[in-house]
Amino acid sequence: MTPDRIQAIADQVVAGAARGESVEAVATWSRDTEVRVYDGAVEAFTSAESAGVGVRVVVEGRVGFAWAGTLDEAAVRDALDDARDNARFASADPQAGLADPDGVAPASLDLYDGRLEATGTDAKIRLALDLEAAVVGADPRIGIESVDYSDQVATSAIASTSGVRAASTETACALSAYVLASGEEETTTGFGFSVGRHPEALDVSATASDAVARAVRMLGAKPARSERLTVVLDPWVTAQLIGLVAAVFSADAVQKGRSLFANRIGEQVASPLVTLVDDPTDPRQWGATSNDGEGIATRPVALIDSGVASGFLYDSYTARVAGAASTGSAVRHGFKTTPSPGPQAVGLRPGGLTAEQVWAQVGDGLLIQEVSGMHSGVNPVSGDFSTGAEGVRLRGGEPAEAVREVTIASTLQRMLTDVVAVGNDVVFFPLEASGVSLAVAEVTLSGGAG
Amino acid sequence: MPDLIDSETLQRVLGAALSTGAEWAEVFAEDRRSTGAVLDDGKVEELTSGRDRGAGIRVVVGDSTGFAHTSDLSEAALLETARIAAQAARGAGEAGRTVQLRAGESTLRPVGIYPDDIGKARKVELLTLADQAARTAGSGITQVTARYSDSRRRIQVANSEGIVVGDDQVRTLLSVSCVATGDTGMQTGRESVGHTIGFELFDRYDVEDLAATAAQRALTKLAARPAPSGQMTVVIGSGGGGVMFHEACGHGLEADLVEKGASVFAGRLGELVASPLVTLVDDGTLGGEWGNFGIDDEGHVAQRNVLIEDGVLVDYMWDGLRARKEGRTSSGNGRRQSYQHLPMVRMTNTYLLGGSDSPEDIIADTDSGVYIAHLGGGQVNTATGDFVFGMTEAYLIEGGRITEPLREGNLIGNGPAVLGNIDAVGNDFAMGPPGTCGKDGQGVPVGDGVPTLRVHGLTIGGTAA
Repeated sequence: MTPDRIQAIADQVVAGAARGESVEAVATWSRDTEVRVYDGAVEAFTSAESAGVGVRVVVEGRVGFAWAGTLDEAAVRDALDDARDNARFASADPQAGLADPDGVAPASLDLYDGRLEATGTDAKIRLALDLEAAVVGADPRIGIESVDYSDQVATSAIASTSGVRAASTETACALSAYVLASGEEETTTGFGFSVGRHPEALDVSATASDAVARAVRMLGAKPARSERLTVVLDPWVTAQLIGLVAAVFSADAVQKGRSLFANRIGEQVASPLVTLVDDPTDPRQWGATSNDGEGIATRPVALIDSGVASGFLYDSYTARVAGAASTGSAVRHGFKTTPSPGPQAVGLRPGGLTAEQVWAQVGDGLLIQEVSGMHSGVNPVSGDFSTGAEGVRLRGGEPAEAVREVTIASTLQRMLTDVVAVGNDVVFFPLEASGVSLAVAEVTLSGGAG
Repeated sequence: MPDLIDSETLQRVLGAALSTGAEWAEVFAEDRRSTGAVLDDGKVEELTSGRDRGAGIRVVVGDSTGFAHTSDLSEAALLETARIAAQAARGAGEAGRTVQLRAGESTLRPVGIYPDDIGKARKVELLTLADQAARTAGSGITQVTARYSDSRRRIQVANSEGIVVGDDQVRTLLSVSCVATGDTGMQTGRESVGHTIGFELFDRYDVEDLAATAAQRALTKLAARPAPSGQMTVVIGSGGGGVMFHEACGHGLEADLVEKGASVFAGRLGELVASPLVTLVDDGTLGGEWGNFGIDDEGHVAQRNVLIEDGVLVDYMWDGLRARKEGRTSSGNGRRQSYQHLPMVRMTNTYLLGGSDSPEDIIADTDSGVYIAHLGGGQVNTATGDFVFGMTEAYLIEGGRITEPLREGNLIGNGPAVLGNIDAVGNDFAMGPPGTCGKDGQGVPVGDGVPTLRVHGLTIGGTAA
């Protein structure tokens, strides 16, 4: 499916706008391949094309939305009719409306690599089999929970009556391994993955060794006693944390009284070591994109600059309410949702230390390699932070014995101000954030050991 | 209700799916319509409606599955999709096998009021009522979000065993989330109701009561102290949520994880895995509950399955693929998010049967601990057994009495250890709020329930000493 054809479908919806209506349409198409292998053979192979449209209609300040999981012409027409009907029942809001083009040129990002589509099915299966073999061959204690290869070619287009018009095609692929390590009385788990725009960019051996190291490191892990200490979050955990923090900078949360950072622009909200930027124009980021969910050019947005709260993430609506400009931060989760402002590609400005130097600076603490319950124990409105955790003790700056069945707790506010070291070991994940090693002091470790 | 795909077409499509010599093939067709409305910041922000329609075709050869899906239910598109799936799983069996379909057991349940028959204005009105009720619950309430959604999911499953069956699943949900603001900052409170029924949901529940409950949760937490840290005795309130069991052992009893050795409960059938007070059931037949259905997403009729009886592990949960390997029947736990997904072993409504203790006695008999009235979500590592779940409404227990409210946090424990440390089970069983269970990237609706119960060996993830 070419960008021109997808764009034509979006254009056609917009051409159906009635007098007095603002209409915006997004259309997407993708081809997905997924391979799961087990025991040296293909366990499941999925090949599929998916497509859909999402239509937003604004009439006299009332917004309606409808979507269809197909590009079938009649279904697309129905979506416009449904969106139009839905708008009748929304509250009138004089600020409601679609994005107006702002003249900012989109960054030229190379997110499509033809080598993906040139790769045959057998080569994709081979990558997954190679990964499984590398994992199993690395250590006799290792077994497989799942090993997957997946890829996608996706084309999306947007058009609106206010003159927005953009289309793009991207490729992405990933290898992942979830592994089990068997000890004398226990089983531990680890994972590794590698992401890229084409299969040659995937690193089988690094994925395997990361997964194996994470699982083996946890063998013999014990619960701990409660205490307050300094933790070092590894890049994977840091990425999850800063994704949550960045969401609190959404202008939607600010304007609706749900943000810890409302009215705090210009104030010190974090350690001076912390500079947090949402930059979808960085092509290394999984969330890299040249246009946001409303077709506005993305741009780097500094949220925290050397510890000082410096900016919020705006879509066109929140920008109008604030008398500001959109920062190109409208996020859509596919064609089935309306856009709202949020982070797309967050990262911390790397510090001057390697991971090992961060550990050395901390001396005695806990290196966290995995957290659980980020959705159930972290409240971005109150800032309360509590998650399950596993990792290894740092003793004299060196990784020591493993610890499991503990929680770490603090508040988002305190964690930001308690940052004592930022690593330079940037890792990109299939998340809306990248990560580095991050040392945070004064965290409560809770455990049941006597 | 007309079939999504007629039987003759299904037979030809199954024939194409078997054309490369596969042992087994399946066509899963789905038509899902949904409506949603959101009120936030005092405004009905938007109404949404959507439609998904398509079919997923599965072809199985030995341990290998080929899968493809299409949003086009025309015969030409279905045949092409079947060929793609068949190419991905080539077998040594007889090619060109034909399938004669016969109707499977009908399980259609009556729907009171189809949400599509209710005007959008009425749905919006519910949100407005919720907003007003929450805001009048206290001056500390500074923000309210109310969400309504309904869906009608029609499915049809046909497989090479010759069965064709269908189901019509209607779900309706309403949730209210509040922010309360005070000297201590902001706190949140949430309440939701959802059932596998139609708009008659609102004959059973008063939207204003739900909103007041959500508001009260937020207001109470303004005065909450930081949760303690370390291991404590925990009393979980009736209906507060069975999330603990869902995580502590539910996932670990899913046969796909057991098969790969990724569960601490593998190889433990017939053993005592929990306190003798524990009888745990997974029950897809539980009428109207959030995880209820007529047939699962492989066409198997919903079942009530006892997993743990008086502490003894009786059985795991099974989907068709793993059941066929073991030469047994599915337990009706094969579920998928949509036609675009492969089914796997999933829970339905998972609950702990009631016991004989009075809830008042359980609390009075607890010298110090934590009382959790309302649980949040959770997560488990089934291989290690370590699991967490959130507490969204919790209090200290001091001297056998419920005292001060606590701020939010996670609790962590190890499944087998925690199940063995349940020493009181109340006689006040109730189902909890509707949930969405995530596994391998797929979300499905699930229910859970517990009576009041007491457990030792959980670690509270707070910041206080």
